[in-house]
Amino acid sequence: MKVGVIVFPGSNCDRDMHHVLTDVFNLNAEFFWHEKNLPQDIDAVVLPGGFSYGDRLRAGVIAAHSPIISDVKKLAEKGIPILGVCNGFQILVESGLLPGVLLKNESLNFMCEWTNLIVNNNQTPFTNKLELNQKIPIPIANGEGRYFVDDESLNELKKNNQIVFSYENKVNGSVSQIAGVCNSDGNVVGMMPHPERAAEKAINQIDHKPSSLIFESLIETVGMKN
Amino acid sequence: MSFQEHEKQHIEKNVKRKLTDTELQILAAEWSEHCSYKSSKKHLRMLPTTGPNVIVEKGYDSGVLDVGDGFVVTVHIESHNHPSAVEPFGGAATGVGGVIRDILSAGTRPIALFDGLRFGNIENDAHARWLFKNAVSGIADYGNCLGIPTIGGEVEFDECYKNYALVDVAAVGFGKKSKLIKNHANVDDLVLLIGGSTGRDGVGGSQFASDALEGEDRSAVQIPDPFIEKLIIEAILECRDANCINAMKDLGGGGLSCAISETAESLGIGIELDVKNVHLRESDLSPDEIMISESQERMLIISDPNNLSKIKEICDKFRIQCSVIGTVKEDKMMHVKNGDETIALLPADFVARGPLVDREKSKPEYLSKLPSSPSSKSEMSFSDILLKLLSSPNIASKHWVFRQYDHEVGIRTVIKPGFNGSVLRLDNGKFLSVKIDGNPKHCYIDPRQGAIGCFEEACRNVVCTGATPIGMVDHLQFGNPEDPEIFWTFMESIEGITDFAKFLDVPCVGGKVSFYNETSEGPIKPTPLIGVLGLIEKSPLLPIPPSNDDVILLVGETKDELGGSEYYEYIHNFIGGVAPKVDFSESKKNMKSVLSLISKNLLKSVHDCSKGGLAIAISELCIFGKIGCKIDLSSSLSYEKMLFSESHSRYILIVNKNNLDAIKSILSDDQCSFSEIGIFSGDQIIFESGSNQILELRVDKAENNYLNSLGKIIQNG
Repeated sequence: MKVGVIVFPGSNCDRDMHHVLTDVFNLNAEFFWHEKNLPQDIDAVVLPGGFSYGDRLRAGVIAAHSPIISDVKKLAEKGIPILGVCNGFQILVESGLLPGVLLKNESLNFMCEWTNLIVNNNQTPFTNKLELNQKIPIPIANGEGRYFVDDESLNELKKNNQIVFSYENKVNGSVSQIAGVCNSDGNVVGMMPHPERAAEKAINQIDHKPSSLIFESLIETVGMKN
Repeated sequence: MSFQEHEKQHIEKNVKRKLTDTELQILAAEWSEHCSYKSSKKHLRMLPTTGPNVIVEKGYDSGVLDVGDGFVVTVHIESHNHPSAVEPFGGAATGVGGVIRDILSAGTRPIALFDGLRFGNIENDAHARWLFKNAVSGIADYGNCLGIPTIGGEVEFDECYKNYALVDVAAVGFGKKSKLIKNHANVDDLVLLIGGSTGRDGVGGSQFASDALEGEDRSAVQIPDPFIEKLIIEAILECRDANCINAMKDLGGGGLSCAISETAESLGIGIELDVKNVHLRESDLSPDEIMISESQERMLIISDPNNLSKIKEICDKFRIQCSVIGTVKEDKMMHVKNGDETIALLPADFVARGPLVDREKSKPEYLSKLPSSPSSKSEMSFSDILLKLLSSPNIASKHWVFRQYDHEVGIRTVIKPGFNGSVLRLDNGKFLSVKIDGNPKHCYIDPRQGAIGCFEEACRNVVCTGATPIGMVDHLQFGNPEDPEIFWTFMESIEGITDFAKFLDVPCVGGKVSFYNETSEGPIKPTPLIGVLGLIEKSPLLPIPPSNDDVILLVGETKDELGGSEYYEYIHNFIGGVAPKVDFSESKKNMKSVLSLISKNLLKSVHDCSKGGLAIAISELCIFGKIGCKIDLSSSLSYEKMLFSESHSRYILIVNKNNLDAIKSILSDDQCSFSEIGIFSGDQIIFESGSNQILELRVDKAENNYLNSLGKIIQNG
């Protein structure tokens, strides 16, 4: 099984994500520079966090026009699992692959802290090994992480079961405390918190198992297909 | 731009002709205090710089330590004080950028940042608050964007920094020993300038930093661009992996003038360059401005001509600019051309080695006039005093600061900021513990003992994580060195640091001196800052919160040393008394014994006892564990001294009852002074002596003051 980790100019969680995929979960992960093509036989794609293009204009908006995004869109249509974390989530939203927008945090500051997520949808390729309402201790680290959609779209999200994760407590002013969403097919997932920073015991002394299940869900999904 | 008499004589003696304007500009930049260390260089040689872990190479701007298994750690410390006092966001951000490029120059990837920040009194000074908030934002903006975690540091407020700011940044790098850049050059090698374009920002910055801060010279402040810096880091590391780099240097203070002359001098080569080949931000820059601009995010590389196409290819990938600005010559000259015209031609060593000066020193008069103790007693109860101290901006939790820094990126941060030293995991299974400490209040009262104390405190903090100190960096910040009284305080500090470094066998692997830290209000207090790196071979001691019935042992002696304490200054508004003094043999004994207890897995956790004294250290533990304690203060010292004296070499051990006998016997065998002072239980912080209750404070009240005070001050605008 091969996972592509996309690297944009300014990505800075790419190496962390690659380390977790390969060294912790023994997956075959490969970096793809944003001007390269993605092979069509790839099994999953991850857009890692960072500051693509230095967050200029608006977080994720320039990277959303990178050449590789058209390949990501084709793979998304084919149902390939795609995960965007933090800046990766912002890029997926800006490219139209996921609904909503990510605004500046209510505090107007960058926030780096540990928080608890609640699993709202365990039917996606990245959550199928988690229990519904399971708690995930995990860090956030962003300046523009406040998820926003209008009421009509929010109802749509709820109806289609597109809210994947929400924060246990009020963290940054997100609508319905949303931390992660998926597309209507469920194969494209975006989340602001960083599962790659919480899936190892050495750096997560609270409980690394729930975040591990995000990666194990992917293995389960792709393993079943192959 | 002006030269002093001895500098004019030095020029006349060595150059038998009239200097060109460009040459004068180059020399003024390179011979500034900031670049030449003319007041301090002779004295810095006293510091021990070698040791079993230290790797020395030509032309490194950072210290390199061997951590085994083919891996190295690099470290450097810098400050950006003058710029931050004028434009805190940009000044602090470019301070981060500069120190990161020093780490990169050695061929290692920057993996962590630490910062030491100092401002005026934020409780009553809106300008100090503005400086503080924006400096923190600047550091956050830059470090977060690069994906380099800011994992520790310290913040302090003192009237002596009114209208001023100290922004010190330390960076740590990690890499393979085999990939270190072994700086060398061959004749006809190319000299490349990679990265950001050269503009008018930061022109004359090093001279600006070599004088008291009087006006707001904004053009001397550099403009940050973390996105370009991030691209440079990745591009340089790709060039390193492709073996394209023979030698490398960051462009910092003094810009091209400094980078070219120092590189040529350290490698024993000549460099001929043409300013017309430098890529510019503004087309009308004069050749002189190009030579002394301190525009950020630029690196100088010397490479074999055969590698040029590969370097260009890598720079194209990251869309960063790369200009061939010159070539390596045999003649050891720095030859600057503007097209065909030679505008500067001087021996590189003449430029790089500015004439040093001997400064006079005399013991400051204020020292003999300091009173020994406050004239009146405080009317407040000890409980109220503790509550107030917990909300002092110098003691209260700095959560408001470090939550703005991404301290997790890189997934190495095992012990997060906010408690003793921070710990990073390394690729060889070992761990690196780092802490920086300063204490201008102690240093003002006793510059020698104060400086040693900062060093010991940083050591103590890494020891608390289970790490053995392997190296240190120092950053010595003072006022105008031409004032003999200030120079005396500098000499006292460096002599003290040298003595302790030799005694502990901890080499100094990097450092910096920053003088002229003064405004029209006067000089800052002596502010040496010490960073200590410690290595953990197996596993770090994690900070585990105390729980019910855990026993508290205090290792080390509490002495009559309230001088410069937060208690004297914040509660009594009093400056004076006897500052804490490190007893060298007690210090070594305690470090060794605590490390051996940790390695035997006998301790639940260890906490350093420093600012605010025992009362604060114990309160911090109670707040962390959300649990009360009962402490017996019986001693020959007064309660006031027992509670708030900031004596060094003290550790608070939190232990399980079952291990108590084993621990006591090891401490006794090691001849450490220690006492069992109490246990954790209930919901009150209680200090008593026999049946006499001295202090009683509810943990939740203490927690509220400790956690929320800083944020509240900031919210006031």
